[in-house]
Amino acid sequence: MRYLLSVILIALFSFLLSLYMSWWSIAVVAFCVNLWLVQKPVWAFVSGFVSILLLWGGLAWYISSANNDILAHKLSQLVLQKDSPALLIGVTALSGALVAGFAALSGALLGRLIFEKKPEAEG
Amino acid sequence: MKIVYFCISLLITLALIIILGSRCLLPLPLASFLSPQEGVWYHAEPVDKKLDETLSLPGLKGNTNVYFDERLVPHIVADNDEDGYFVQGYLHARFRLWQMEFQVYAAGGRVSEIVGDVAVNFDKGKRRLGMVYAAEKLLKEAEANPDTKTMMDAYTAGVNAYISSLRNVELPLEYRLLNYAPEPWTNFKTALFVKEMTRTLAGGADDLELTKARDFFGDEVVQLLFPQIEDSLSPVIPKGTIFPPPTVVPQPPASADALYFKTTLAAGALQEIQKPNKDNGSNNWAVSGSKTASGAPILCNDPHLNLTLPAIWFEIQMTTPGMNAYGVSFPGTPGVIIGFNDSIAFGFTNSSRDVMDYYAIRFKDDSKKQYFFDSTWRDTDIRIEEIKISGGSSVFDTVAYTVFGPVIYDASFPATENGKEPLALRWKAHDPSNELLFWYHLDRANNYDDYVNALQYFTAPAQNVVFASKAGDIAIWQQGELPARWKGQGLYIMPGEDSSYMWQGVIPMEENPHIRNPEQGFVSSANQRPADSTYPYFIPGSYDLYRGIAINRQLSEMNNITVEDMLQLMNDNYNVFAETARPVLLKHIDETALQGREVVYLEMVKNWSLKNDISEKGATLFNIWFDKFKKQTWKDEMDKAGAKAYPADGIFTEMLLRNDTSFAFADNINTPETETLQDIVTAAFKETALLADSLEAEKKLEWGNNKNTSVYHLLGDRALPLARTGLPVGGGKHIINATTHSHGPSWKMIVHLKEETEAWVVYPGGQSGNPGSPHYDRFVDKWAAGEQYRAWFLEKGESAGVKAAWKMSFQKNESIR
Repeated sequence: MRYLLSVILIALFSFLLSLYMSWWSIAVVAFCVNLWLVQKPVWAFVSGFVSILLLWGGLAWYISSANNDILAHKLSQLVLQKDSPALLIGVTALSGALVAGFAALSGALLGRLIFEKKPEAEG
Repeated sequence: MKIVYFCISLLITLALIIILGSRCLLPLPLASFLSPQEGVWYHAEPVDKKLDETLSLPGLKGNTNVYFDERLVPHIVADNDEDGYFVQGYLHARFRLWQMEFQVYAAGGRVSEIVGDVAVNFDKGKRRLGMVYAAEKLLKEAEANPDTKTMMDAYTAGVNAYISSLRNVELPLEYRLLNYAPEPWTNFKTALFVKEMTRTLAGGADDLELTKARDFFGDEVVQLLFPQIEDSLSPVIPKGTIFPPPTVVPQPPASADALYFKTTLAAGALQEIQKPNKDNGSNNWAVSGSKTASGAPILCNDPHLNLTLPAIWFEIQMTTPGMNAYGVSFPGTPGVIIGFNDSIAFGFTNSSRDVMDYYAIRFKDDSKKQYFFDSTWRDTDIRIEEIKISGGSSVFDTVAYTVFGPVIYDASFPATENGKEPLALRWKAHDPSNELLFWYHLDRANNYDDYVNALQYFTAPAQNVVFASKAGDIAIWQQGELPARWKGQGLYIMPGEDSSYMWQGVIPMEENPHIRNPEQGFVSSANQRPADSTYPYFIPGSYDLYRGIAINRQLSEMNNITVEDMLQLMNDNYNVFAETARPVLLKHIDETALQGREVVYLEMVKNWSLKNDISEKGATLFNIWFDKFKKQTWKDEMDKAGAKAYPADGIFTEMLLRNDTSFAFADNINTPETETLQDIVTAAFKETALLADSLEAEKKLEWGNNKNTSVYHLLGDRALPLARTGLPVGGGKHIINATTHSHGPSWKMIVHLKEETEAWVVYPGGQSGNPGSPHYDRFVDKWAAGEQYRAWFLEKGESAGVKAAWKMSFQKNESIR
């Protein structure tokens, strides 16, 4: 449950904060959510990673579909030297996911440090 | 231990943010660049994006509506003229901001600020050319005139209204890629853009090359290789037209024979800065009602320029109390540049006249502070040019200005092994002028007199301005402020130590070549020499020969002309040059020396239709053959002379037609044997056949594939995915359809001046500069197919109603900011 909640909260607050703040607010969100929600570090990482993977990947896919992939075709060749809108969406999602994953992990590790709680089994 | 894990994880997180959010390791800040909410995905516009919007902006005086048709062409309907220009500036910025700013950076020599020190020499070249100096002159004139001052101010305010509303995420893609942000627009930048067009069309001269050639061959041979008039010339002003005697008669200096035509004022091994593309040119013509099916005049124009994305043109209609003009505008400049209004239509081709000369001067010492002129040491004006460099410290260049103009080449530029003397540049673009006033009046012209009145404000680059009116007039006027030269003046570098070699006067406008309603029922121009030898002034230039012949030949035969006929003529791929040169090549080839595939290829050339259609292999073979033949003829001599200029194709062909038995240049001076014409024509063909085998294997022998018509992004090869390549377009050099690899008809327009104006238009681009917009390259395929769109010309007072796809409303902002 906590894992799912973490995924949802990170995605939600990342989206809202990014309306006004720089992209790295996803790191702040992932960090804070996992500081507050206690879960195993490995699950914290996975939740941050998956959350932004879905959010960024989903948004990029949605934007690109409405655009008939016009920009993605050009940009993927320019940036990745390969004509693949899907790959560009993947790289987009991955770059955000990595940051959010490690930020979530950091949050969880700090949480354990502060609250000195024994990690419970988590699912 | 736990704290260590935390610290490691936190460090990784921070490192990722820095790496993915900056350019310290990656060429792009991947995460911020691609973030769906902050990055360039913003530019992936929904293909059905609506543009309807109401804007309230400070600086507007009244209300303006902009109706967009489905091609994204704005039709501005403004309460007053100023708002019209304001909104034009706003729309230029909204759809083409990066391009308009980048072009001005390039014009003024500031590219290093964007791309770093790779562009330093490019920038220095622009500074040495005096581009900023020229723009300052224009700005002073334009701001001294209330009409153009108001127009520029409003336009600039409109551009800046958009720039200041721009959120970071909205920054055009190229800014994100190159990592910089726009500056405010200024009137000076508009002036700089106008001067950049002058440079493009009148910023080149062969003086240095010809000087080298003269030093090697002597003046007489140069006159033979680079004569002033071709035998087969079909001039802009029909032969037989009587020109009045000249009112300005410039006198050659007494020393000319000894000092100018003979002595060496060596250009040395000087490497000139990049010159404008020699193919920059155009076609235009107007046919009178007597030759059309409808009885109303038709005007056509296609300016040939580098084909780029975003395109140099932005299509627009501007309806204000003072005007109702439709056509294309330059993002960066107010007004309609080529187009039509309620009553008239107008188009341009380059005059190709020489308005750029070089003078050898003598500095007192390396400080460049004084130079010798009219028996005394005179002070130069020194401009210290600072070239700022992205990621580096500024480079400074000292440019000395003389009575002639800036010293373009000296011991410190472009390289140390320059010619003996520093060279000062005399360029018409440096004289005070106000071309904006010309367009101000032209856009508002109602008749022939208004057109002529507007023309007086046009100084440089001199153009063949074609005109047609609903009243039934057609006319063409080669207009510009052109120097009256004595015979031979300015062909070579001139002595610059006294005033005797300076330009002595200007040809009065009334004596510029022009004609109104000629008997032949049409006027035309295609960058050829404007007049035959009876024109009383010496007018060197870099003219084309064959397009003019092709156009005049066809127009004189045509009658009952329709828009469809004009469309066909604009797309005509018939090659008059090949018609003239192919028999010469075929006459001299030694067919007995050919074998195997060579025989087959020669048959292809012989059977070629003389049309440069995309499927023609003969066109490719002829093209390569003539090129190789030309090189074999001239390279040996010109390399020895150190000159890069070969005689023009037309001149060369005519030399051969006149005298082919004793053509001495056929001999390769680097070999002991004496080669004949037959030897080199045959050798060139054998080389061609060899190359043809490999082209055939790559399927590149067909003309269309061989030419590979492409429209590149302004950043060129580095932004290849933003280009359109492999377009199936025929035509080529010397052909009415002048489309070469990435150069050619940058705007094609047919205006039928019936009661209700009917215009057909296209350009190889699209209205939006955003590579993520469907409007980025929307017109390219239509253009490539040789088709044109029917333009929607909104009559004054007509309700835009259902024809508008979107509407933007601009309202004045009452509140004080």
